Amino acid sequence: MTKRIGEIPRQKMPEQSPEDRCKNFDEVPLGYTVELAQREASRCLQCKKPACRQGCPVEIDIPAFIRLIVEGDFVGSAQKLKETNNLPAVCGRVCPQEAQCEKFCILGKRFEPVAIGRLERFAADYERTHGEVNLPEIAVDTGKRVAVVGGGPSGLTLAADLAKMGHRATIFEGLHTPGGVLVYGIPEFRLPKAIVRAEVDFVRRLGVEIEANQVVGKTITVDELLETFDAVYIATGAGAPVFMNIEGENLNGIYSANEYLTRVNLMKAYRFPEMDTPVARSRKAVVIGGGNVAMDSARTARRLGAEVHLVYRRSRVEMPARDEEIHHAEEEGIEFQLLTNPIRYLGNEEGWVTGAECLRMELGQPDASGRRRPVPIEGSEFVIEVDTVIVAIGNQANPLVPASTPGLETNRWGNIVADEETGKTSRDGVFAGGDIVTGAATVIEAMGAAKRAARAIDRFLRGEGKKL
Amino acid sequence: MYPIVKKQRLAPEVLLLEVEASRIARKAEAGQFMILRVDDPGERIPLTLADWDRERGTITLIFQEVGVSTKKLGLLNEGEAISDCVGPLGHASEIGEYGTVVCIGGGVGIAPIYPVARAQRAAGNRVISIIGARNKNLLFWEDKLRAVSDEVLVTTDDGSYRRKGFVTDVLKQLVDGGEQVDIAYAIGPVVMMRAVSHLTMEYGIHTVVSLNPIMMDGTGMCGACRVTVDGETRFACVDGPEFDGHKVDFVGLMKRQQMYLGQEKEARERMGHCRAERDA
Repeated sequence: MTKRIGEIPRQKMPEQSPEDRCKNFDEVPLGYTVELAQREASRCLQCKKPACRQGCPVEIDIPAFIRLIVEGDFVGSAQKLKETNNLPAVCGRVCPQEAQCEKFCILGKRFEPVAIGRLERFAADYERTHGEVNLPEIAVDTGKRVAVVGGGPSGLTLAADLAKMGHRATIFEGLHTPGGVLVYGIPEFRLPKAIVRAEVDFVRRLGVEIEANQVVGKTITVDELLETFDAVYIATGAGAPVFMNIEGENLNGIYSANEYLTRVNLMKAYRFPEMDTPVARSRKAVVIGGGNVAMDSARTARRLGAEVHLVYRRSRVEMPARDEEIHHAEEEGIEFQLLTNPIRYLGNEEGWVTGAECLRMELGQPDASGRRRPVPIEGSEFVIEVDTVIVAIGNQANPLVPASTPGLETNRWGNIVADEETGKTSRDGVFAGGDIVTGAATVIEAMGAAKRAARAIDRFLRGEGKKL
Repeated sequence: MYPIVKKQRLAPEVLLLEVEASRIARKAEAGQFMILRVDDPGERIPLTLADWDRERGTITLIFQEVGVSTKKLGLLNEGEAISDCVGPLGHASEIGEYGTVVCIGGGVGIAPIYPVARAQRAAGNRVISIIGARNKNLLFWEDKLRAVSDEVLVTTDDGSYRRKGFVTDVLKQLVDGGEQVDIAYAIGPVVMMRAVSHLTMEYGIHTVVSLNPIMMDGTGMCGACRVTVDGETRFACVDGPEFDGHKVDFVGLMKRQQMYLGQEKEARERMGHCRAERDA
């Protein structure tokens, strides 16, 4: 190569304009063209010791898949991705690459890092849209059966990995459609559901069975699963919404982000009445929180026609959401009310919310999280007029599975205690990973936990270290 | 898919479907509910289980065709199938040796009170069932309840069948007549459950009600079904659906049930319109 290092700038991905996109649910970024992808891929230094790989929880051979894009073998590139990542079209869209692979990119030390996520997305999309989705090699059938509780990113990854290793995996999904947070949580405009369906189809083609409408803990218990399966992997996610328990929080028009997003994403309420599930028709919505889920909720409410205020108790610097999401939200006209916290909701006689009474905050000393603690400013109360409130301050462990599984150890937050390297729980043959173990985290971390657990379950099934 | 093996009109305004759902049937207990989605555009709606047959692997659903989802459900015939059925959800009724148990069912609430009465009777209790509806077009299962109760009292609001009056009138008469009631179960419209709870509060009779707020996933994931019980927010789907009737904020519950009235009306009109066009 004769080009100078850093000569070509990081290639931007075309996207819908803010004016257009806040009127539709279509995906915001439009993806690289072949030309853009190859130009971006050519920036990769092909390091002998690629630092980027240490930032990838699912261990993708990053330089290799990028080199295949440079060489024009886009399908080969996608297959390289799929050697370790079963859901590349998803990860290319929703991973926080700036905190993972791209954070370690050597090029990023002096210039902007290679756009690894955008390239991953390109290769996966190319393969899918060119009808050439080939299956990887699948090991000889071992006859061993594994029940996977939860069809989200962690469960899908684990089941796919085990299938490739020759085991028979069956996913038990509580909702009517597999995908977990990928279908109920992350909006269409950030992750089109057709893409999730395609990735789930790929997992099915590996031989994984998916049974929908199975609420483990109710329809069937972990102990009953162990009667017919050789091992169980629990990946139920962090599915229980947290409310603030303040006055008026049960007024009509006040939603958990889970409910709001599930109505719109899984149940497609944005197409009501063509679809049967309704959602509030908001004129003015307030979203409480500063994470990715808050951004998703705000941008969803905007697309449904509301004027949207985002209320967050700390300042912009402390917001846990990805910069890209915050930026997109701002571009779409979401008004940020920072250093602000709701203290109660006001309602009318019919039981509808009419106002959010808030306090202004200032930052005090750092707290346990290392972030400066927000302290209320006395006498700063003010009311934001609203007809919809979406509470997006986090999720906690859903107790359905732990409560119905005797001997399964949980911590004081209700999360299942599992070994970080193997996913082993306090019950023999029962493994766990993803948000039900770590508390709310990212899609890719849940997938990483699944990869490690898959190796441990494989060893367990082959009789190595069967007894703890 | 969950095939319908039997469809029966129980009363002019009440429909019964027996549905193949072996996993639900195997686990079902009195007091639990299920959630269904009629078809792909369908919403998820909760229905309390009216009955189940573990051997046949079927569950029995009873409903009134009032909204778009129940109307669509009512259009399905034997041999056709419901897209999704999930359950059993929620806690089962607490069945114990209470002595005399009064089981009150109002309207389609008569359906889910049946398994409660049956289980309480099987546990050795004396069971008095009181069932009522607006008029005789909504009454059903009097015979089934007779088979699992020591006594069945029937009433209609308009007097079109048996006696005229509310279930609370019957209950009042019963207690005033000297009946020692140890616990009451009430399932039906919120106004009815509230009226029963008010009455039994006066008499000091512990009362269990089964709440039916708007739900979506039914597994504690969304919080749509939150109700205030004893001043605290509870999720009816996982903490209930049965609660102490003397502690439930019924007014709040009724307001929350109104949340989508506008959209529901619009959807019904649209459905009527579509059918009219199709039939034309």
